[in-house]
Amino acid sequence: MEKVEALSELKKNKTAMVGLILICFLLILALIGPWISPYNPLVPDPINRLKGPSWSHLFGTDSLGRDILSRVIYGSRISIIIGLIAVSISLVPGAILGLLSGFYGRRVDEPIMRLMDIMLAFPAILLAIFITAILGPSLLNTMIAVGIVYIPHYARIVRSSVLSLKEQLFVQAVRSLGGSNLRIIALHIFPNTIPPIIIYATLGMGTAVLQAAALGFLGLGAQPPTPEWGAMLSEGRQYIQNAPHVAAFPGVAIFMLVLGFNLFGDGLRDILDPSLR
Amino acid sequence: MANPLLEIQGLKTFFFTRKGIVKAVDGVDLSLNEGETLGLVGESGCGKTVTALSVMRLVPEPIGRIVEGSINFEGRDIVKMTESEMRKIRGNRISMVFQEPMTSLNPVFKAGFQIAEAIQLHQEVPAKEAWKRSIEMLRLVGIPSPESRVNEYPHQMSGGMRQRVMIAMALSCRPKLMIADEPTTALDVTIQAQILDLINRLKERVGSSILLITHNLGVVAEVAQYVGVMYAGHIMEYSDVNRLFKNPKHPYTIGLFQSIPRKRGPAHRERLQVIPGLVPDLLGLPIGCKFQDRCSQVFQKCKNEPPPFVEIEPGHQVRCWLYE
Repeated sequence: MEKVEALSELKKNKTAMVGLILICFLLILALIGPWISPYNPLVPDPINRLKGPSWSHLFGTDSLGRDILSRVIYGSRISIIIGLIAVSISLVPGAILGLLSGFYGRRVDEPIMRLMDIMLAFPAILLAIFITAILGPSLLNTMIAVGIVYIPHYARIVRSSVLSLKEQLFVQAVRSLGGSNLRIIALHIFPNTIPPIIIYATLGMGTAVLQAAALGFLGLGAQPPTPEWGAMLSEGRQYIQNAPHVAAFPGVAIFMLVLGFNLFGDGLRDILDPSLR
Repeated sequence: MANPLLEIQGLKTFFFTRKGIVKAVDGVDLSLNEGETLGLVGESGCGKTVTALSVMRLVPEPIGRIVEGSINFEGRDIVKMTESEMRKIRGNRISMVFQEPMTSLNPVFKAGFQIAEAIQLHQEVPAKEAWKRSIEMLRLVGIPSPESRVNEYPHQMSGGMRQRVMIAMALSCRPKLMIADEPTTALDVTIQAQILDLINRLKERVGSSILLITHNLGVVAEVAQYVGVMYAGHIMEYSDVNRLFKNPKHPYTIGLFQSIPRKRGPAHRERLQVIPGLVPDLLGLPIGCKFQDRCSQVFQKCKNEPPPFVEIEPGHQVRCWLYE
């Protein structure tokens, strides 16, 4: 019943629906990319370098003559994967830390949350650059770096909902039935923290994609010739005077994906967070 | 008479707050025999719930702690048990029903799951069997069409229904003792009667004893055989129900009875008697009798020395200097 209600509310929420359509569009693009992209995204074509949009190359070509449309389509796959993996890397440890520190409080809470405060004191992108610099520039390390940077956000969100949940009578009730702390945390408190986690993870997908693109732009992320949107944007930067389309199309793609996740996340928050109603 | 199932002696449970030590339970003696119901009556904040939580060893640590006394249950001292020993007792030998049925069930699980969990925590039964037994438990607590209700979430049920589910959970392992902490306070009057009736009937069927905590003397009259009247962490009067209702001795108990509105003829319009004043601040309790500030029969001795718990006739104890 509750699920059905949430679904029908989702349909009524226009913001969320626009976001969902954007996400779905890019998701489908990512899934069927290899079958619909007109060219191989990696093969250079020295004759057709920096060509503007035309019927044979809808988004034009880049400095090596590669088809930008094909590269953007392949890039959607990479960006979505980056988002998913980076969010998982921050979500899992973040949620565990938040559950532990919220539930046990005091001696467990203090060290964990102070560490999180220290991490939050760094500007996110600086910390991400720092971590990729240590691990070495690659796509995987970008995801790890972006993931680590956002662990404190999840830890905080989960902790704050645990703090209110653990005072609820049903926790006491499970205890009065002989439930252990581990059971209470994993089975009874954790499922109740899922709605805020879903909201934040959806919004976090957008942020993660943006951060990964920024790292790619700085040359710390995906290495050429990988068609990663941020790296493509960085490449196009050099030709922005003569061939603005090289930077514009990957930029628009990043914008659409991030906007999609943000709109959908905001809509989800309206639906799932009853305190905002 | 049989050996007492539960025997609390000199129990002191204190809360160590920043403002000072709150003596929520300050030397409570109670005993409960098998198959009996003991009502614990008193105003809010007099230590009824903390007494119950002490028996469950669920006093919120490290702020609260049992500092003294013993709680003998089935021949073992609960105060001395380890946490893992305690977990085997909770829900299995002693279980508890809470005041707020609206929040005492986990909103994300089906009713059946939560009853089955209570069963599987203490008995090695396959999930399917536990599920079947939770349907049986729902039937036992009088929920209509339990086969479909078992699949419902708490928010689909009314308060009375949820309290029935809580009782089903509490009784699912056939505990020897069920603690009911104001089980009917949050419910409608008509539902209250049904739940009390249910508790009474199930006590016989399951063979549990009940420690019933309430501020409602009417509830006590309906289900309890023995009554302890609590005030500021002390038991002020203890007796069997009939004697207490016919012949209350302690000024506080008398005050409680006088503050119940009574149905009288139209000629007898009179003001309702109330006990003057408020429950004392547990941080600054007076020396001597805790009830002195509100007592109508207070005299000098009450202010100097705390009264002992005296037995004025067999099975009727009072903590008051009037009866020394």
